[in-house]
Amino acid sequence: MSSTGAILKDNVWTSNPIFMQMLGICSALAVTNLLANTLIMTIGVVFVTAFSSFTVSLMKTLIPRKVRMIVQTLIIAFYVIIVDILLRAYLPDMSRALGPYVGLIITNCIIMGRAEAFAQSNPPFISAWDGATSGFGYMAVLMTIAFVRELMGFGTIFGLRVLPEAFEPWIIMVTPPSAFFLLGIIIWAGKTVMNREGAAA
Amino acid sequence: MNAPIISPFALFFASMITSNILLANFLGMCSFIAISKDMKSSNGLGLAVTVVLTVTTAINWVILNYILIPLNLEYLRFIVFIISIAAVVQMLEMVIDRLSQALYMSLGIFLPLITVNCAILGVSLFMEIRGYSFVQSIVYGLGSGLGWWLAIMLLSSIRKKVDKSKLSPGLQGPGITVITIGFMAMAFIGFSGMLAVQ
Repeated sequence: MSSTGAILKDNVWTSNPIFMQMLGICSALAVTNLLANTLIMTIGVVFVTAFSSFTVSLMKTLIPRKVRMIVQTLIIAFYVIIVDILLRAYLPDMSRALGPYVGLIITNCIIMGRAEAFAQSNPPFISAWDGATSGFGYMAVLMTIAFVRELMGFGTIFGLRVLPEAFEPWIIMVTPPSAFFLLGIIIWAGKTVMNREGAAA
Repeated sequence: MNAPIISPFALFFASMITSNILLANFLGMCSFIAISKDMKSSNGLGLAVTVVLTVTTAINWVILNYILIPLNLEYLRFIVFIISIAAVVQMLEMVIDRLSQALYMSLGIFLPLITVNCAILGVSLFMEIRGYSFVQSIVYGLGSGLGWWLAIMLLSSIRKKVDKSKLSPGLQGPGITVITIGFMAMAFIGFSGMLAVQ
């Protein structure tokens, strides 16, 4: 279990934070209408999860048990502020498009969940890897949703037109309900495949 | 900080229905899906979220405009907001415990859950980005809270019926819940031609 490959498979597939654990949906569905926004947002999440797991793991003997929640939150908030400042400095348009959702990475349950479940009882580097792979699992699901929404809603991929001009964009794909529908379908597909794997094993 | 000219009345209904914090902005989903299984808990959590949202949005507005902006410390707002939310939740818990034991029993257990509810931090951040005035912030907090309460009550009553029907095993539980939320979102957002806050 502790090998890096096993952690990768576990976090991206068997216990994917989104469709197996239903964590961290809050802060990110809203950014899935365009692929570029989603990519930046999920990179931010990977960065924050990896570094906060690393830090929590380094400091685990120093943090009194009673106040560990608030200390973890502060560590996470620290890294989120770094991401926010970097975005403002280098990608001001993106920072405006993401709006409050960058700040909401703090309350993303995945990060707190990994800090609590893994980093508390493991050495720093493997914790950072665990955090990063959870972020990748999250990225995979969100990028899939964003791909469908951008393709159907605007006819583009990363802002490049791929469908002919004659294609009538699906308005629903631009509005929030489509994110729920696509997420539901992904959860459905993921669980069905997993049930089949479970039955075969 | 340019305050949009929008009457508090319009803002109240817009934040409750057309720009529902949950259905249009996806905030507060984690506890929403977990708690909506049970109607009684949904009611308790909805009430708790409404109270905490109204109080924290007002307090964060004061902190932002009278402490952070004059001192040029706006970049610290994430940390300050989350601490003030945690503090408000703690204090509210103590106050309710003193005032009414019955209310504490029905509300108290949900309060710790709320600190990590994204809707609370989200509303404070929206309030900051949109540059609301003090009155607008309170109305926005209250409207968003009531909207969240409404959404969780609706969903938990729908889930009661859904639980009785036969579904493909992969769709059971979270899958069908998320799709149901999608339909609810369509219905709520259908009114956005009448009222919208951006």
